[in-house]
Amino acid sequence: MSVLVLVEHDRGTLADATLEAMAAARGLAAAIGAPIEALTISAGADALRDVLAAHGAVRVHRAHHAMLDDYGPEAWGEVLAQAVRTLAPAAVVACGTGRGNEVLAQAAARLDLPMVANCVSVEPSRNGVTAVAVTRTRWGGSLLEDATAAAPTMLLSVAHHTYEATALAAPAAGEATPLAVELDASLARSVVRGRTERTAGVTLATAPVVVGGGRGVGSADGFAPLQELAELLGGVVGCSRAVTNNGWRNHADQVGQTGTRIAPDVYFACGISGAIQHWVGAMASKHIIAINTDPQANMVTKAGYAVIGDLHAVVPAISAEIRRRRA
Amino acid sequence: MRICVCVKRVPAPGARINVTDDGLAVDTAHLGFTTSPHEECAVEAAVRLVEAHGGSATVLTLGPAEAEEQLRYAASVGMTDGVLLSVPGGDWDPQRTARAITAAIRSIEARDGAFDLVLFGNESADGCNYQVGIRVAHALGRPMVNGAKGLEVRDGVAHVQREADGGRETYELPLPAAVGIREGINLPRYPTMKGRLASKKAAVVVVAAEGDEGAQRLVRLRRPEERSSTTVLLGQGPDAAPKVVDLLEELGVLR
Ligand SMILES: Cc1cc2nc3c(=O)[nH]c(=O)nc-3n(C[C@H](O)[C@H](O)[C@H](O)COP(=O)(O)OP(=O)(O)OC[C@H]3O[C@@H](n4cnc5c(N)ncnc54)[C@H](O)[C@@H]3O)c2cc1C
Ligand SMILES: Nc1ncnc2c1ncn2[C@@H]1O[C@H](COP(=O)(O)O)[C@@H](O)[C@H]1O
Repeated sequence: MSVLVLVEHDRGTLADATLEAMAAARGLAAAIGAPIEALTISAGADALRDVLAAHGAVRVHRAHHAMLDDYGPEAWGEVLAQAVRTLAPAAVVACGTGRGNEVLAQAAARLDLPMVANCVSVEPSRNGVTAVAVTRTRWGGSLLEDATAAAPTMLLSVAHHTYEATALAAPAAGEATPLAVELDASLARSVVRGRTERTAGVTLATAPVVVGGGRGVGSADGFAPLQELAELLGGVVGCSRAVTNNGWRNHADQVGQTGTRIAPDVYFACGISGAIQHWVGAMASKHIIAINTDPQANMVTKAGYAVIGDLHAVVPAISAEIRRRRA
Repeated sequence: MRICVCVKRVPAPGARINVTDDGLAVDTAHLGFTTSPHEECAVEAAVRLVEAHGGSATVLTLGPAEAEEQLRYAASVGMTDGVLLSVPGGDWDPQRTARAITAAIRSIEARDGAFDLVLFGNESADGCNYQVGIRVAHALGRPMVNGAKGLEVRDGVAHVQREADGGRETYELPLPAAVGIREGINLPRYPTMKGRLASKKAAVVVVAAEGDEGAQRLVRLRRPEERSSTTVLLGQGPDAAPKVVDLLEELGVLR
């Protein structure tokens, strides 16, 4: 009985999220006295053995197949399902990224087992290792759910950015063993067929400063002063769903539950009321400065700092002051 | 082209989500209801495909009788008809939900022919289980990709795009297929007056949902601890600008 970690990677490049899953698996493995093993899908991931060992995997199972050279949700899910049948682990742990949850769900469907998504805490229940008590996130993180689940193998994903990846001080060597898999040719139908690379640059998710605008901005053109402030600070513009719904900005700029989660040093929230679905995408910001005409707005009462006033006057005044000091 | 879109009725909370005293549900007193933005976009995608290729688009939900409201809304923006799989009590677990939806789609398809596409949201707004669509697609034997930010149908193939760390990935799923849609794939239209009137007459079939229970049990919902904060007021109107910039200097973001 092991705790098996699903290794997420893209054509051999490890996703950092995998190491979060390793960290979560370590707690569970210790609680049930089981070793941690990892599953790498595709020969291209063989070289990941050392980093996986450094993070606690005593064994890495390698699945090789010509169909696995690139990612495919069905092929990967089928490999994971076969790994569960062959190895009978107590639990599978994946990170709750797009791919992590997708592969886990594909495996869960094939095995007809429950899958508990985006856990922030996992404990084996007193009934033994085949049952767990978890806390998981719902509503994109605005609500927590305590839940139980029971199955011969528990399929769990852990919420992204919850567990901290930490290498072991004295890791074991990490054995590698081949895992035989048989894949039906039909599974190739959902393998990635092509890609367009994104041009590098500051993204909303990683920007040090985000200047966000909401319904209070009033129009697409109304974003020009916000854009200017963002550029002065080396940041980017973000927005609320009210803005994208009105067609004022592209959804790529939307912050929140169904948009992007941001974590800048400073988030300016201009003319944004602070609905929970927006807040959940902004709450990881180090500092929030709300600019709003309504002193009772949720964004104002939750932010660290606030300016009460019309954003159309306040935002240009801030830019002007920055330029004045730099001159 | 025949399309089915699965949507879930959820409350639309404002500043915070309150939980009922027993901890088993979101307190929906005084709340309106909606569906996930991802599912609104799935509906819009289906309506556009039918506009382009002809055919029909069915919206399906599993939920309380009141979920007819969400089906009628979908009809008001162009969906052809609706199916309500009614469940008496609270929420069903994801395995059970998927079993019931699978059975319903099978019985519709046995009568009217296969759906070329079954569309889902990337995740439900409230449950965020990331699995119901994938389970249904697998049970129906259809290829499935979640998280789609692009969807076109050409020559019996669904061309799907989705975002990945380094850019966009493309997939080519032979029909019949299933796709999980993400918000941003399109900008959903608002209902017109004509659409609203038509939606009142759209056929909505109500059948009792059927599916064996899964193995995940809700114990309790609760709000995460909030970081308690006192707001520092920097001032009123444009006169506050110097104080804001002082703060930016102090925080080291003004380089
Ligand atoms: C399942 C679900 C998911 C969702 N996901 C997201 C998401 O990812 N992101 C998101 O943002 N929303 C999301 N929403 C929508 C969310 O509930 C709110 O509707 C939305 O965030 C409101 O946007 P807003 O704050 O811009 O608009 P409003 O709530 O209308 O607020 C406008 C604010 O602007 C202020 N204001 C007006 N004029 C001025 C002025 N001249 N100067 C300064 N202040 C002014 C007002 O006082 C008010 O506080 C989601 C909803 C649901 C149900
Ligand atoms: N009760 C439901 N009724 C109809 N569709 C649902 C229901 N629950 C989930 N779905 C569909 O499955 C998707 C994924 O849901 P989930 O697995 O709960 O995150 C949703 O976006 C919907 O398209």
